[in-house]
Amino acid sequence: MSCVIDVKDLHFKYYNQEILNNINIKVEKGSFVSILGPNGSGKTTLLKNICNFLKPNNGTICIKDKEVFKYKNKELAKNVAVVHQNNDVNFDFSIYDIVLMGRLPYQKKFKSESKKDHEIVKKNMKKTEIWKFKDKSIHEISGGERQRVMIARALSQQPDILLLDEPISALDIKHQMSILSLCKDLVKDKDISIITTLHDINLAARFSDLIILLDSGEIKSFDIPKKVLTAENIESVYGVKVDLYLKDKNIPYIIPKAI
Amino acid sequence: MKSKRFIFIVILLISLFSLILISTTLGTVKIPIKNVLKIILYKLNLDIDISNIKASDIFIVTNIRLPRIILASLVGAILSLVGTSYQAIFKNPMADPYVMGASSGAAFGATLAISIGIGSGILGFGVTNLLAFISAMLTTVIVYNLAKVGSKISTTSILLAGIVMTAFLSSIISLMMIFNHEELGKIVTWTMGSFNGANWNQIILVTIPVLIGLIVILSFSKEMNAFVLGEENAQSLGVNIELMKKTILVISSFLAACAVSVSGIIGFVGLIVPHLFRLIFGSNHKILLPVSVLGGAIFLLICDTLARTILNGIEIPVGIITSIFGGPFFLYLLKRSKKNKLI
Repeated sequence: MSCVIDVKDLHFKYYNQEILNNINIKVEKGSFVSILGPNGSGKTTLLKNICNFLKPNNGTICIKDKEVFKYKNKELAKNVAVVHQNNDVNFDFSIYDIVLMGRLPYQKKFKSESKKDHEIVKKNMKKTEIWKFKDKSIHEISGGERQRVMIARALSQQPDILLLDEPISALDIKHQMSILSLCKDLVKDKDISIITTLHDINLAARFSDLIILLDSGEIKSFDIPKKVLTAENIESVYGVKVDLYLKDKNIPYIIPKAI
Repeated sequence: MKSKRFIFIVILLISLFSLILISTTLGTVKIPIKNVLKIILYKLNLDIDISNIKASDIFIVTNIRLPRIILASLVGAILSLVGTSYQAIFKNPMADPYVMGASSGAAFGATLAISIGIGSGILGFGVTNLLAFISAMLTTVIVYNLAKVGSKISTTSILLAGIVMTAFLSSIISLMMIFNHEELGKIVTWTMGSFNGANWNQIILVTIPVLIGLIVILSFSKEMNAFVLGEENAQSLGVNIELMKKTILVISSFLAACAVSVSGIIGFVGLIVPHLFRLIFGSNHKILLPVSVLGGAIFLLICDTLARTILNGIEIPVGIITSIFGGPFFLYLLKRSKKNKLI
């Protein structure tokens, strides 16, 4: 197994305030990694460092053995796709046009989309089950469907790495499950690696291969769910006492008890 | 979709050229469309016999009407192109070509020139126009630099700095008007916009920047689509957002300064034409940019034709026409479009 993301000694400051401190992460090809942690623990900042939207003060981030800032913009976009948290769309686009934007890194100026672009878009829209809405406006669909549109667009970039920032926070339980199942399938059959920030500890435990637990900008624990999600870890990071059960002897799930 | 797009652009192009011909026939002196066509073809060095057309008609067509009509179309195209770009870059539907202070800057320059009485010009490009252009550019540069933090520019700061500069310059203009009672009429007319006195040199001066600007901005149309969905989104699609923002802002503000310096302040075109086409086509800039450019040209050409023909012998500033006719028409469209769109 090869290592697609390698973060070494990452430090990130925002106006002298330490946001990320001494982060070391290795992610192997084809794994599903969740980042957990309380609000303000640096989950989103970590994702934005990995996709080169923010520049670290110290340390290195390598994507497929090449430092992330050495990539040209378009080249990076062919390797790393991101679904950001803020997807308010004020402008009016059809869903098909939005997914088609995923082909931007492969296109030259003034050239229109190739047949191949359209084929890839269609394939990914079918995979994410949004093909039936293709001509609808982005304003006409629900939050869960919109998240699928953004994932379809990211997949059309044909990335090796997919970063998701709280993809299920605003969704109901059915859509939460369906988005995460979709991600799980992607990891299984495409050799794509997914890193996602999540708030729901139980869903993270159920779907992730590995979990990064962040506590005030530092990695408290980075391992398989069973080892990361212990009652002690959760109490020390979130300040919440929990009862912890094991489902199928392997997947932890928690019930909060008291603050 | 692609062929529909193409058909619509062709329809707009044909409409524009037909309107140019029709507008040339209209005015105090009515000239038959046949003669207008003959004169144009003759001037394009085609072997056409125009000996039976009155010399005064030839003069009116080639030296008065055509330059004015073409300049109005060009300025309409610029205003609408800049409006579309600004609305995308600022992700703000209220943005118009003057958000960076081009209008108040130009008005300040023009007022200055009129006040100190150096109106007459070189090459038909009056000192008033020249000062208006310089002052519009300077204002834009100041606004741009006020909004710059390190190497990045904040679009919100640009909007704020633009509003403040506009308010500041407007009060200075008012002050200058108080001290120059006798020139008041001239200044007011200038600020309401007019194509009276358009000539071929102005057209040449405006055409070159328009063509270059149009090509550069069109080359960013896919990136603009990604950009209006959020800067983070655009960057993760491989768009160099700082480069794109700066290029489009610099070119757009230059174009806005060109337009305002030859025509005075013509409001509304750059605001409503892009919205009008967004209501029809959605926000895809690959189609929105070209149709807005053509639509802006058509809209301002019609408004200017009305401005010079609607009252016999009296010319109405075209800026008044754009608002009087454009406003209600736009409200009608807004009301009619039930979909939850940009505005």
